[in-house]
Order: sequence, then structure tokens, then C-alpha cells
Amino acid sequence: MKSAVVQLPGLNRDRDMIAALTRISGQAPVTVWQTETEIPDVDLIVIPGGFSYGDYLRCGAIAARMPVMQAIREKAEKGVKVLGVCNGFQILVEAGMLPGALMRNSSLKFVCKQVKLEVVNAETDFTRAYAPGQIIRCPVAHHDGNYFVEAETLKAMNDRNQVVFRYAEGTNPNGSMLDIAGVVNEAGNVLGMMPHPENLIEAAHGGTDGRGIFASALDVIAA
Amino acid sequence: MTISNTIAITPDLIAAHGLKPDEYQRILDLIGREPSYTELGIFSAMWNEHCSYKSSKKWLRTLPTKGPRVVQGPGENAGVVDIDDGDVVVFKMESHNHPSYIEPYQGAATGVGGILRDVFTMGARPIAAMNALRFGAPDHAKTKHLVSGVVSGVGGYGNSFGVPTVGGEVEFDARYNGNILVNAFAAGLAKADGIFLSEAKGVGLPVVYLGAKTGRDGVGGATMASAEFDGQIEEKRPTVQVGDPFTEKCLLEACLELMATGAVIAIQDMGAAGLTCSAVEMGAKGDLGIELQLDRVPVREDRMTAYEMMLSESQERMLMVLEPSKEEIAKAIFVKWGLDFAIVGKTTDDLRFRVIHQGEEVANLPIKELGDEAPEYDRPWRASDKRAALPAEQVAEPADYNAALLSLVGSPNQSSRRWVYEQYDTLIQGNSLQLPGGDAGVVRIETHPTKALAFSSDVTPRYVEADPVEGGKQAVAECWRNITATGAEPLAATDNLNFGNPEKPEIMGQLVGAIQGIGEACRALDFPIVSGNVSLYNETNGVAILPTPTIAGVGLLPDWSAMARIGTARDGDVLIMIGVDGSHLGSSIYLRDLLGSTDGPAPVVDLAAERRHGDFVRAAIRNGQVTACHDLSSGGLALALAEMAMASQKGARLSLSDCRGLPHALLFGEDQARYVIAVPADLANFVRASAESAGVPFRTLGPVGGEALIIDDIVNVTVTALVNAHESWFPTFMA
Repeated sequence: MKSAVVQLPGLNRDRDMIAALTRISGQAPVTVWQTETEIPDVDLIVIPGGFSYGDYLRCGAIAARMPVMQAIREKAEKGVKVLGVCNGFQILVEAGMLPGALMRNSSLKFVCKQVKLEVVNAETDFTRAYAPGQIIRCPVAHHDGNYFVEAETLKAMNDRNQVVFRYAEGTNPNGSMLDIAGVVNEAGNVLGMMPHPENLIEAAHGGTDGRGIFASALDVIAA
Repeated sequence: MTISNTIAITPDLIAAHGLKPDEYQRILDLIGREPSYTELGIFSAMWNEHCSYKSSKKWLRTLPTKGPRVVQGPGENAGVVDIDDGDVVVFKMESHNHPSYIEPYQGAATGVGGILRDVFTMGARPIAAMNALRFGAPDHAKTKHLVSGVVSGVGGYGNSFGVPTVGGEVEFDARYNGNILVNAFAAGLAKADGIFLSEAKGVGLPVVYLGAKTGRDGVGGATMASAEFDGQIEEKRPTVQVGDPFTEKCLLEACLELMATGAVIAIQDMGAAGLTCSAVEMGAKGDLGIELQLDRVPVREDRMTAYEMMLSESQERMLMVLEPSKEEIAKAIFVKWGLDFAIVGKTTDDLRFRVIHQGEEVANLPIKELGDEAPEYDRPWRASDKRAALPAEQVAEPADYNAALLSLVGSPNQSSRRWVYEQYDTLIQGNSLQLPGGDAGVVRIETHPTKALAFSSDVTPRYVEADPVEGGKQAVAECWRNITATGAEPLAATDNLNFGNPEKPEIMGQLVGAIQGIGEACRALDFPIVSGNVSLYNETNGVAILPTPTIAGVGLLPDWSAMARIGTARDGDVLIMIGVDGSHLGSSIYLRDLLGSTDGPAPVVDLAAERRHGDFVRAAIRNGQVTACHDLSSGGLALALAEMAMASQKGARLSLSDCRGLPHALLFGEDQARYVIAVPADLANFVRASAESAGVPFRTLGPVGGEALIIDDIVNVTVTALVNAHESWFPTFMA
């Protein structure tokens, strides 16, 4: 399966993401610059983490308005899988492609540590490699991961099983509402998550817990 | 409208520029006339202590800077060291002490930004950062505010730029109450044939300005950093620059793209003294003149004077000499990244530094004398008095060893730094193998299947105060030891020498002694100094900081699968101490933190033993005989064992029955050249025999296992109690 990684000024985990996708699919992703209006024919588009435009405005707000986002939106409407990690999640929220908002961490500090995630919904295109309710480890590294969504939308999201990951075992690092760490859109093909699965995919990282997300999305789940 | 350059030069104005009367006379002799206001500013920027090293140069020359792996020693933006396969590591450490005390967030942030720029100016992509931070006493009114600001500034810049922070130090001492230390280290990776230097080449070639626009921030910063603080410190806030990590990240990508095109002949970042220092260095090194047209400099404020433009320390800027045929390609790269690109001058053959503003020549100075022929002093110095010996018999034993150990692991200086390093991105780039909290940070080389680099930053200022020579040796030895404890071969180091006012003979004596000790240790350990920075005048109202020569080193692991960590011992493994029995309690943390005394000499560093013991430990790690390793430093054997127990979440049942000495000296003595290794029980005899034949002293301590650290009948503390004490101090302090 083919993949693409979006590059915008200030994103800085693009290299991590390219390395992870290459390692897991055996094929390097194509890169797409922010001004491009057409995206090559791929099965998965990833918006990696970082500080797009310095995050001097609301995180992801400027990036969400770049030309490439319109192209991503069109691909998503056609069913192409889109994964936004960390700043990528913030950008998808700012672009209106995912519900909710990501506020400043409740500690008001940047936090980088390993947390635990519960795979709440193991039936998405991104989580089939996991068992329902499975607890995995995953690193986080962010300043604004405190997820919030208003009650009515939350209820609809719960009804549709849109909450995919929750921080587990008391490891919520940012005060996120109901421990929400990752959500999917209604159609199920756009996932946003704050933790960084791309930094836990090989023995050198101290584990491979994050691999399942890419293996699911790239359809390379080991038997 | 013309902006005046005709301000009268008065003695007050000269003094305000930090120039001494004899230095001003030298200027008059040199140019044969009174300097213009802009020229005075340029001299002030080039001849201050920070840029010219005028007090330290004589002594810095004595340091060993060469070795088979050294590609580039001191004098460039950073040192360059060969790590095989055509790869090189580029690194340096630099202080940002004064700005960080005045404005902690921006001071620390721009310190990180400056050192990252030093590394990527040379063509290297930054792969690791460290920070050695020293603050005043925890109960001092400003300390919490400074810790909070500096830590978020370090994180704010490094996290956004995208470099993992893999190590560092955080210490507290009342001697830093009025003058904190922020020493930032960065290392980058490049190919040996892809290194860029600052030496300009070729006459009539375009000098190009890259990066962010020039503003009035930081005007006179380097001169400020070369003066003592007094009561009016708040007035100096406008001399602190403001950092923009987003622009720096774009500048990194643009520079690396540009370098790959062959367009760069010479490049220099604009750090201290901005445009002045970068232009003069490029010209002076290349034996060329430089002419600058200031009207072409991208500015973000109106009506800036030539003086302000020449002395601005606005961040995220570079100057380069461009291959003219590549101008369009180069420009396109900078437009893509949204950065300024302006041809602001040219190289000349007249060895003059000429600055033109609004049609007027505002400076015309001899470039060599400004740069590499700046004044140099042989300042009077006085060696520190030797301290009387302090035998362990004269130091009280603790009434309760458990309480003493818990108190030390939970003390301000020995407690966990988790509160700090969890605010730093330690994982970005996906190559971090060892994170802060161990002996050294380790980062693998992405492009190689097995290679990795180890990084550590060390100094024990209380030792340097007690004995500058031994303290200087110890800083190097501890850095070398920490790198060795991962199994890496220490390659080279960078020194960041933080001292008080060098015009005082006793302070100058500390500097001279420390450099002597550093030099001796670096020679004995084949650990050359390849880059560095000197920060003097770290005094407030006449009181100097503890002498703090920070040493940051780099080591190479050919195969990281044979790497040691501190917390990986398994149940049943045998703990063996390498080195002599603990005996030295002078200047120890046992004495300072439990008995409230700073008496006694520093421990003596036997460099031959250091090397022999380290080489033995490294070989044992690489041969797969060691399951965990930790060096012994502050707090001695007891602290090392407690840290290993906490990291592995495993206790141990140990005995000192083979050792000779008083229990508090055995447990808390800070004798040097020591490690604790964990070895599988079935290999213990073999490892002991190997040590014996290598002439390395050792003591078998006992097996790993259980839930408590038990040492004979004197220590019995659960690992949980240790962890609780260790982890609680920092969050409680900062709450």
C-alpha cells in the first residue's frame, strides 16, 4: 500500500513518520509540500507532528488553511485514509475534519513521557491489529493535547464509536476530557491522535506497541 | 533623512562600551584617528571578553585539541570529530548565563537556538541536545521563577526546533543566587566531505544575509555578557534577544538544502555581536576585506542606525559567501522556506572592514586587528590555597544510615530531574536509546545499522572551588566515565568555562588551575577539547559563582546492542564495585548536605587508574559480561546503588565485608575512578579474574533481588521508599 507524508514549515516529526512508514510497509512514502493542490494516488495520507508555523497562533490554525488541506479533504471524501498525529491531529481539528478542540495541557507545560492507551475501538482501519480493550504503551510529546468536545457532539461520537483511544491506567498527561487520546471521523477513515505511535515501532524504541496502527492502515498486519 | 553617526566620543561613552582606557588608546594607535560612533560599537563588540577571549586565550592554548579523530578543533562554530564510515559528529557547548538571569525564558531559549545554529552552520543536522543548568539555593526568592522560566525556555525552543534533549545537569547552590548558569550543548551529524567553514575565499564575491530580519533586540548583548551584575540589572532586559524556533527550523532546512547545491563558499551564523562578528570573522579568517551595504539589510524596524544594525543580536540569522553562479537556485530555496535572502556586500582584497549606510562610509577598520589580533591579557593570578586533609575519622557517622540515604536521594541536588526532562522532547527523531536519568544520553546513527553516540555533561563545582586543578581533572574524568559506563569509547569534549571576574587574581587563579587540570586529564585520557566557550564576570555585587568548568563529551558505540544501562540488572546478577574502597569525605555531598559543611579537599583524580578501570569496564560491557553499569560520583557507592535499584525496580542484598574502612566512608566517600557493574552470577568469577589480571581493584558486593536495598545490617530501605523520596522533591518544590 502506498502512503504520503505532508510537509509544512515547522512540522518536525515528518522524518520520524517517513522512517516508520518505510520500515513497516517496506516502501518509502511520497512527500507532499504544503502548496501542492493535488495529492498522488495513495492509500494513506499522514500529517505528522511538530509546530506548524511555530504554533504561534492556535495550534494548527494556519496549517489548516494551506492549499494542501483542500486536496486532503477531497481525498478523504473519496475514502482515502488520513492519519493526523499530534500537530497533525490539531490541524485536522482546525480544518474541521474531526470534531472537538485541543486545548493547552492542564499542567500548562509541555509533556514528553510514555503513557498507556486503551484501544476503545479496534474495528477501525487504523486499529484492526489490536484487540478490543487492549492496553498499549505509547509516547506523548505535546503542549496542547487537552481534548474537549461539547456534550451533544460527544454523545453522537460515543454512539458511533468515534473515540478510538483513551489514556489508560491513570496516565492522562494533559487533562483531556474522558481521557480521550484519539478520535475518528464519522466515516471512519480520518483518525487524529495526540500520542506518537511512530516513536514506538522497533526494539530500539523499547517496544513495538505503536506498530499496529501503521500495520492496520497499510494492511500489512502480521499473521 | 540621514541618521547621525556623529555622536561625540567621550570617556564616559568609551567606558559604557566596556573598553578600558588602554584599549581605547590601542584603537587610536591602530586607526590613527578618533573612531566614529559605529566604529566604537564595533570595537566594543569584537574586543569584549565574550568574543575575544582576551583573558583566557593564553591558557586555552595549553589545552590538547588534536587527536587522530579530530577533524576540526576550536576556532570554528563547533568542533568536528570522525566517527568512522565517512561520518562526523559536530558539537559545542556555550553559555547563556547573563541573559537567562535577566529574562529566563528568552535567555535560555536563545541559548539553545544559538548552539543549534553553531552546529548546523557547519552543515550538520542536529541530533542531540543537553543543558547544564545551575540555579541559586532552592529557598532563594528568585530560584523557582528562574527554574520555571529556564526549563520552559529550553523546552520551548528545542521541542519546536525538533532536537531530542538527551542529557544535562540541574543543580542548586546559594553561590548562583545572583548569577545562574545556562550552558547549552548541541551535536549534529554530517559527512566528512560535507563540512562548511567560516573562512571566506575569493575576491569580489557576494556576501549574503540569510534568515530572519534585523531588529533592535540584543544590541550590546555581548558587552553586557562581559560585565558583572549590579543592582540595576532589570535595566538590562532590552539587551536580551527573543527567540523564534520556527524560523530557526526553517533556516536549518533551507541551509542544508542550500549546502547540498554547492552554493556555499563560507558560512557563519550571527551570534554574539551579530553582523559585526560574523562579517569580521569570515573576512579575517580568509585574509580578505568585507564591504557591507547596510541599506540592503532586511530590517523589521524603521530608522535603525548603522550602530544598531551592526550590534543587533536578533536571532536566526546567517551570513555567507555565495558562489555567484548559484544565486537564483539559492534564492529560490529561501523563498520556499519564507526566509530573507539579500546580497548585502562583497569580499574585497584590501583587508578593511567597510560599512556603508545611506551613502556614507560609517566604518573603515583593519579587519585582521579587529578579529584574530584582538587584545590579549596575561592577567595576574594566584593559586588557591591547598586545603588541609579531612580524614573520615574526623567526620561524624550518621545516627541512622537509612535516614541518611533517603535524605540524600531526596535532596535538592540528588533527587530525580523528571520534572525537568519531561518538559523536553527526548524522543523526537526516533533514535534516542538512552534518555535522561542514566549515565549518558545515547542516540543511534540513523544511517548506520549499529552505531550510536553517547553524550554526557559534567562538573563538580565544589571540587573546583576546593582545588581548581583536581576539580578540573575530575570534571573531565567524570564525563569520560559516564560515557564509558554505557560501553562507548569517549572521543572528544567541549568545555564551557564559567568563572567570576578574571581581574581578581584569586578568580584568575581558579581559571588557570581548572584549565591546567582539564588539560592534564584530556591528555591522559586521549579526550581532546575540540570546541568551547568561556563565560567570565559571573558575579553579582562582587560575589563570584562557584568556579564551574562544564565538560560535555561525546563517545562512540560501534554496536549499540552491546550497550550498558543503569537499570537493567536481573535477579541473581552479582553487583561488583570496580575501583578502590570509599574513603574520601572532603567536599562530599555527605558532608555538605547532611552535615552542612563544605570543608575538606577535593578527591584526587588518579588519571592512570581512571583510564585502566574505565578501559576494563568498557571491554567487559562490549564482551557482553555486564547487564547493568553505573559510575560512582556524588554520594559515592550508596547513591550509585540506590540509583541502580530505583532504575531497575529491584533491590539487592549486599555486604561490605570485603571492604576496609569506616562504613560512612565506604558508603558515601567520593573517591574517583569507580563503577558498579552487574554481572550474571555464572560470569562473576571470570569477570573478577579478568579484573585481577588487569590490575583493577574490585569488591564483590552481592546479588540483585528482592524489594529492598540491604547492605549488611546498616542499610535496609525498600525500593519503593527510595523512589518516593527521589521523585517527590522536585514536583513539591515547583508546585
